[in-house]
Order: sequence, then C-alpha cells, then structure tokens
Amino acid sequence: MVEYTEAAAEIVEAFNEVPASSKLELLLEYANALPALPERYADHPELLERVEECQSPVYLFVEVKNGKANIFLTAPAEAPTTRGFASILQIALDGQSIGTITSFSDQFIQDLKLSELVSPLRIRGMHGMLSRIKRQVQEKSL
Amino acid sequence: MTYELDPNPKFAQYKHPEALVSTEWLTANLGKPGLVVIECDEDILLFETGHIPGAVKLDWHTELNHPITRDYLNGEDMAALLSAKGISRDDTLVIYGDKSNWWATYAFWVIKLFGHTDVRILDGGRAKWIDEGRELTTDSTNRSTTDYPVIARDDKNIRAFKEDVFAHFGKPLIDVRSPEEFSGERTHMPNYPDEGALRGGHIPTAASVPWSRAVEEDQTFKSIEDLTDVYINKAGIGAASDVIAYCRIGERSSHTWFVLKYLLGIEKVRNYDGSWTEWGSAVRVPIVKGSEPGVVPVGF
Repeated sequence: MVEYTEAAAEIVEAFNEVPASSKLELLLEYANALPALPERYADHPELLERVEECQSPVYLFVEVKNGKANIFLTAPAEAPTTRGFASILQIALDGQSIGTITSFSDQFIQDLKLSELVSPLRIRGMHGMLSRIKRQVQEKSL
Repeated sequence: MTYELDPNPKFAQYKHPEALVSTEWLTANLGKPGLVVIECDEDILLFETGHIPGAVKLDWHTELNHPITRDYLNGEDMAALLSAKGISRDDTLVIYGDKSNWWATYAFWVIKLFGHTDVRILDGGRAKWIDEGRELTTDSTNRSTTDYPVIARDDKNIRAFKEDVFAHFGKPLIDVRSPEEFSGERTHMPNYPDEGALRGGHIPTAASVPWSRAVEEDQTFKSIEDLTDVYINKAGIGAASDVIAYCRIGERSSHTWFVLKYLLGIEKVRNYDGSWTEWGSAVRVPIVKGSEPGVVPVGF
C-alpha cells in the first residue's frame, strides 16, 4: 500500500467509490474547482513552466517557503479534462512539505483508475505535470 | 437521403454537399424527428461543460474501439451502442466536435464503416457554434433506445491495412501529420507526448499535407478551389481515383479522408488507421526519412 497525502488519499477514494458512469462528472467537478492563478503569475506568464507532455497549453509554477510548497497550475477552459488533472494534483500536493512531494508516488495516477475513461496520451500528460512539479520543488528547495 | 439538404451555396461547390450542414441549418432543424446530433470531442469532458441542445455524446476513446484488440467495434457492438443512444438506421446524423471537427470526422468514418447512409458534419464544429453565440446546455439528453440493426463492418472500401498500403505503392499516399513527424525528427505531434512508434519518418512516396490545411481559421472547411490547389495540384493527387491517407493512429487522417472523399469527390479514398504507430514499429517495412517523399521501394 502506497502512502499518499491525506488529500490525495481522499481523491483516490472518491474516484474508486463512484460508479463508472459518474467518474466524468467527478472529474468535471475537479476541473471547475481549479483556482485561477494569483495576479503575480497571471500577469507574468514568463515565470510559468509549460507542461510539454500535455497537448493543451498547461503551465505551472511552484513556490517553496519554509520547507513547504505551493503549487499553481493553469489550463484553458476548452480543455476541461486537462484542467481536471491539474486540479487533482494541485489539491493533492499544495501546501505539502518538500519531502512529501519529492517522494510522492506516481502510483497515485494509476490508482485514480482513469485509464478506462481517457486515452493514454492524457494520462501521460498528467505524469508530465507531476514530474515537473517534483522537479521544480527539488530545484527550489536547494 | 431522409432529410432536406442544406442549401448553403458554399456546400454546392463540393462533390457531396449532402455531407455538410451549416450552423444556421442546424439551428433551424434542431429537435425535428429523424435528426440526431452527435458530439465527438478530443476532450472527453467538453460535452459535459455544455453541448448543443439534444445532442448525444459519442466518446471516441471508450466507445468506438474494441476493448481488447486494436480494432473497431464489430456489428453487434455497434448496433448495441447506437441503439443505446437512441439512433435508428434511417436517422440523419449530424456530427460536430472540437478541434476543427477532427474527432467528428473520425466518428463519421467509423460510422461509415457500418454503412449508415445519412451522416453529415457540422461545418465549423463546436467552436463556430459557440463563437456565434448559439445555444448550449448542460442538460443531459435522454433518447428512447432503438433497435439499430446488426450490420457487418465493411473494411474494404474506406479502410486500409498495412498490406493494402504495400499493394498501393505507385498511387497517391497522403501523410497528414506535422512536417516534423513526416521528416522523422519526431514520432509524435508537437506538444503531444510520445506514443510509441519505434522509428521516425514516413511511408515511401507519401506526400506531406498536414490535415489542418483543409480548414480555415474559423474551423470551417476551405473552398473547393483551395482544397483542389492543396490536394489535387500541390500534393500531386491529380486525376488519381485511389488514395490512402494516414497519420499517427488514424484520427487526423479521418479528417483528410472526409475532405478527399466527400468534398473533392475522389472515388476511392481509404484511411490507414494502423498509421505510423504500426508502420513505424513494424519489422522490415521500408521508411523514408527527411522532407522528400522518396521512391517506390523495391524488394518488398
């Protein structure tokens, strides 16, 4: 059994509890919950890192302060699936410690069991987001 | 034909005007019996964020593919799918979607494998409908189930397999991927993750015509003059009546297939859905690298 953050465990539980027919609705709820970027990033796109693994324009930024990380992600409204993935990772990892994030298991993405709903391309996009979050956290905590 | 045609003069230029409808036509005919609107998007959540009233969703990833084999549904599965969606064999189907109807034409192609007669694409797709401020709803659509007949899938006329491509050498072959995929610099679309072809390049003799050259900025199809210039003249199809199109997994090439067959009216057009993920990974098949088409391979 892989250890997750409490928030991540709740998300896995939510996706595993709902019937298959409601999984998309759940993903849409997450997509709608993705917070807008704070002004300091919204006005400075050059500070954001593009997630090249995603076919939609997804950008992220990580702030590390006092050993904890805040995660900012953005994705366009016409790409709700990608927004959903970004939102899930943001909820799972935001405010966590550096160690928790860098050792966070990629298994999380498999455990959401989304591969029946979305194509492998999409799932890889989510892996891309996660690995870039981890890398930024590592770089910024040095 | 079970439904009146869209009299839009733009469509009259095309060989098969019956395969297209405009947003105006759809607005005027929405809700009439015998007309089923289908949304098929790349982003499988877009439908849930708002769709044309009464539209049913078709999910290209989970619904059209065989769950185990790399293939499409068989006749029984397709009959069950369309029956569950409330579609009858004699209904007029209007398909639209995101990304210049890329997935809409893919769904169109798959449905045509089963010979459904009256299938049309909404010119401009989802984006044009929204840009024009037309009505969207998040209400779910409930259509009574139907009894769609079991029709054997016809893989001969509009679908090509690897062996068919070998037999086709010498006739026009259109590679609709990006120039970088064509030359072999990359095996997947720019900004898309790698999806596993082992070699980069293209099928010998293929002309490079990225699929998006068939659409205008507002995502509608280009005029017949422009399409003729792009495909018949520049891509060298000329007077040929037998063309195969391919991409990475057969989706983008469905779009070009639709353009060649229904708008330009080329007699025999097949979509090679195995596409580069098969050709670029198969053992001992000839490949050309670089931006030139290359010559017909010998000894194969």
